[in-house]
Amino acid sequence: MKDTQYELNKGLAQMLKGGVIMDVTSAEQAEIAEKAGASAVMALERIPADIRAAGGIARMSDPKLIKEIQNAVSIPVMAKCRIGHFVEAQVLEALEIDYIDESEVLTPADDVYHIDKTKFKVPFVCGARDLGEALRRIKEGASMIRTKGEPGTGDIVQAVRHIRKMNSEIRKVTSLSEDELYEEAKELKVPYGLLLEVREKGKLPVVNFAAGGVATPADAALMMQLGAEGVFVGSGIFKSGNPAKRAAAIVQAVTNYEDAKLIAELSEDLGDAMVGINEDEIKLIMEERGI
Amino acid sequence: MKTGVLAVQGAFIEHRRIIEALGTECVEIRQEKDLSGIDGIILPGGESTVQGQLIRKTGMFDTIKNEILKGLPVLATCAGLILLSEKIEGQDERHLSTLPVTVKRNAYGRQLGSFMTRGSVGDIKDFPEVFIRAPYITAVSPEVDILSKMDDNTVGVKYKKQLGFAFHPEMTEDSRVHEMFLKLI
Repeated sequence: MKDTQYELNKGLAQMLKGGVIMDVTSAEQAEIAEKAGASAVMALERIPADIRAAGGIARMSDPKLIKEIQNAVSIPVMAKCRIGHFVEAQVLEALEIDYIDESEVLTPADDVYHIDKTKFKVPFVCGARDLGEALRRIKEGASMIRTKGEPGTGDIVQAVRHIRKMNSEIRKVTSLSEDELYEEAKELKVPYGLLLEVREKGKLPVVNFAAGGVATPADAALMMQLGAEGVFVGSGIFKSGNPAKRAAAIVQAVTNYEDAKLIAELSEDLGDAMVGINEDEIKLIMEERGI
Repeated sequence: MKTGVLAVQGAFIEHRRIIEALGTECVEIRQEKDLSGIDGIILPGGESTVQGQLIRKTGMFDTIKNEILKGLPVLATCAGLILLSEKIEGQDERHLSTLPVTVKRNAYGRQLGSFMTRGSVGDIKDFPEVFIRAPYITAVSPEVDILSKMDDNTVGVKYKKQLGFAFHPEMTEDSRVHEMFLKLI
């Protein structure tokens, strides 16, 4: 039964592929996101850019807000819990959330251990900067992976770095012989079996999305061309001048990510993009949380 | 023989793999021009709200609908079934609306209600059925053949050359439903 549930959870991530998952902070925003073509929404009290601005401790959202968002839309609703905070995860499971993001965007609750996600029926997505992090999260029970990027910045550089690193490590693994894999597993601090699976498939054993810093249709298409199977957009939409139009444009850019002419049309007259902040201007580096 | 799978969003690669493993060409349909020359179309799982919008925005809606009405064979799974249905419970908006059935979205609830089972699909026995935030069919016109039932609910139908399923045959290793589709071509 456990394995069946894991297959179903990986399966839901497969259904989300080629889509855009949008951060929303109210039922009203959730409706805008659904109308614009979001394939799921992430229910949050504050988007990452505001978490960054406000400082302090960022926690799981108020269940009341999550329920309002669940009632407002028919697409899957995700929510974040703090790294290692398995009780927040239990609460989200009790709310029948569709996917839990054990996320570095919130302040970690445990600086050593992640949640043992195999104990849950509800699916988990986790962030990763490289193949090692991704496979450790999968071993803990994550059924979907996303790049960490650097949330709330509008700067795509870290997400690009993370997906490129993962791709190059996967390519390396596919070229290793079985006995060389033992050493690689030791280096990456991951189980041999999972690495063998990566070698056979030439990809992660679960769906891999891009996240962190996506602000424009071209950013989204860039991540898709680099091999992401879909895109999370956090602050990029509701921190921009015209959220509905920008959201719809990003959705179409993810579908036709190789059609530059269409992306040019989609990028026209979208209003102000989120201002953004450079990685060397920020004090709090979220990507270093939970490795 | 050339088939196409609607590739605007969702689990289209899984269908493509099965069709190709059966030795048939399968192209990904993202734009109007990709529709030319196909002998059958697959509407995959994913989010029907997203797919419904994208087939309109990409200008493919009328062509797909007209081709299906003219007899282009279709295999539609989960979100694909919702796209095909003439009526969707609880909402006025419909999509291609070529299959005379009424469908209920998220009929088994949220992800915690997702499940796997085995059942019959017409003459196919013991077929693995994967339901993920799945719909089911609440009413069918008399001319629609019911292929699968799950408890009292209809989860698989055939009408002319349209096959619609609430579950995901593309998520299994079993290609018998895809073979059934290819035989319609």
